[in-house]
Amino acid sequence: MAETEKTVKQVQQEIVDEFSAFGDWMDKYEYLIELGHSLPVIDERKKLEDRLIKGCQSRVWLDSEYRDGRLWFTADSDAIITKGIISLLIRVYNGRTPEEILSADNSFIEEIGLRENLSPTRANGLLSMMEQIREDALRYKDR
Amino acid sequence: MIRDIEQIRSFFPYLQSADSGGRTLIYFDNAATTQKPRIVINAVSRWLVDANANVHRAVYGLAATATEHYEAGREAARALINAASKDEIVLTSGTTASINLLANVYGQRYIKPGDEILLSEGEHHSNLVPWQMLCERTGARLRYFPVGEDGQWDLEAAEKILAEGKVRMVSAAHISNVLGIVNPVGELTALAHRYGAHIHLDGAQGIVHAGIDVQSIPCDFYSFSGHKIYAMTGTGVLYGRRSLLETLPPWMGGGEMVDTVTYGKTTYADIPLRFEAGTPNFLAAATLRPAIDFATSVRIPQVHKNEEEMTEYLMRELNSIGGMRIIGSGGKKVPLISFNVEGVHHSDIATLLDKMGIAVRSGQMCSEPLLNKFGQTGAVRVSLAAYNTMRECEAFIAALHRVLKMLK
Ligand SMILES: Cc1ncc(COP(=O)(O)O)c(C=O)c1O
Repeated sequence: MAETEKTVKQVQQEIVDEFSAFGDWMDKYEYLIELGHSLPVIDERKKLEDRLIKGCQSRVWLDSEYRDGRLWFTADSDAIITKGIISLLIRVYNGRTPEEILSADNSFIEEIGLRENLSPTRANGLLSMMEQIREDALRYKDR
Repeated sequence: MIRDIEQIRSFFPYLQSADSGGRTLIYFDNAATTQKPRIVINAVSRWLVDANANVHRAVYGLAATATEHYEAGREAARALINAASKDEIVLTSGTTASINLLANVYGQRYIKPGDEILLSEGEHHSNLVPWQMLCERTGARLRYFPVGEDGQWDLEAAEKILAEGKVRMVSAAHISNVLGIVNPVGELTALAHRYGAHIHLDGAQGIVHAGIDVQSIPCDFYSFSGHKIYAMTGTGVLYGRRSLLETLPPWMGGGEMVDTVTYGKTTYADIPLRFEAGTPNFLAAATLRPAIDFATSVRIPQVHKNEEEMTEYLMRELNSIGGMRIIGSGGKKVPLISFNVEGVHHSDIATLLDKMGIAVRSGQMCSEPLLNKFGQTGAVRVSLAAYNTMRECEAFIAALHRVLKMLK
């Protein structure tokens, strides 16, 4: 089943299940680092200043494309853990309609024990990334 | 008398605490703020009960007690830097507030279009942005003298700029919060004065690791934050030499800073109250006394020796890591070290160290121009206080090796 045939909730639950198998934080972060390495990176030409997410200690670029009523994201970061977290977000939100994105919640982040990454002071700016994804969804909602 | 580092640690409740896994945490971000000793914590909770009344106003006993505590904080700050008089100590909310106050009142009195203000390239945003704002307001020009590859000041270049004769004010860090090198502030002070400029030193880190005697290094102004030397947050000092401070106008208007007020005109209070409009953070300021007493009590050979050994150990161990780049490698180094490892992002290092119970700083550290100058977008910083131990340094180095193995 392609990811988009599942609901947002289903994909989130899959991620939660995967993470619950890890014994300790080391395994979890090693996995995030691995995910970070495998993230298909953004086209260099799209690493534009206005797609650079502000408020991150690491630099994060997030680009979206809107095709056939769905949003597709590519992203990059200079920090590998941040990239790993982005890849989780992309797995959940890629190929979704704006409505699906806007009605989703992100409690799965907490469930997989990355809650500290949600604090507003946190360097990797997960919160700003999610805001950017929602903003893009809003932009295309009434097209 | 303090016996040893273990005894110093016993004064800090935070250092006795542990995380949910029973692990004691290693706090290596002391340049941002220090943990608080019990005498400070207890003083605040006691004074909230028995000395909480607005200062410098009322005649009743409680208010007199509160004012005494507040003024004792001022006196402690005076003694710490050996200022000639308590009147030269303006109490602020921190270094940032001190420098903003200074840039405003000094600018109003002394800065005209075409004048120059000279900073080093190694300044914290707090000692850069207020001067930039002043220049934008007044048409003055901001100049910078260079910091070398190893982080040391280029005083010859500073002198060349001063010799052009347009610099009115020099403002520079006693110790940079990134480079961790004790700067030759005595020489810079002498240079500034030789060319008829005034000088302010940002002592936010200098007060911690070097200390200053403003009579033997006769700078015109010196700023520091109380919270970086064990006092409560919301405390700071602007020292100003009396003959100069007296010439400066007030900035904020309000209660306390006045002599007489009519609907038409106000005359202002003398220094230092002229610069302390409104209700100050008097309870926090009062903690300057126990905090400074504590800071002074740990200025003992054992602590110095421990800090030197830890600095030496960290520099040696860090330098032996492949791809290591220490920012600020030269000169008289204090236990404040910023670094990057090639191919690894500073925030990844800090995130994983946090997972191992070690708190270090990462990012731009409010010094974007300086880091950019060194070709970095940020860095990892470890900064130690009197309560840190060699054992913690060893644990940090071992953890760092583990982290780099995960990331590389
Ligand atoms: C060199 C230097 N200057 C200024 C500041 C600003 O101090 P505060 O944030 O207490 O106002 C700091 C604090 O990080 C500093 O290290």
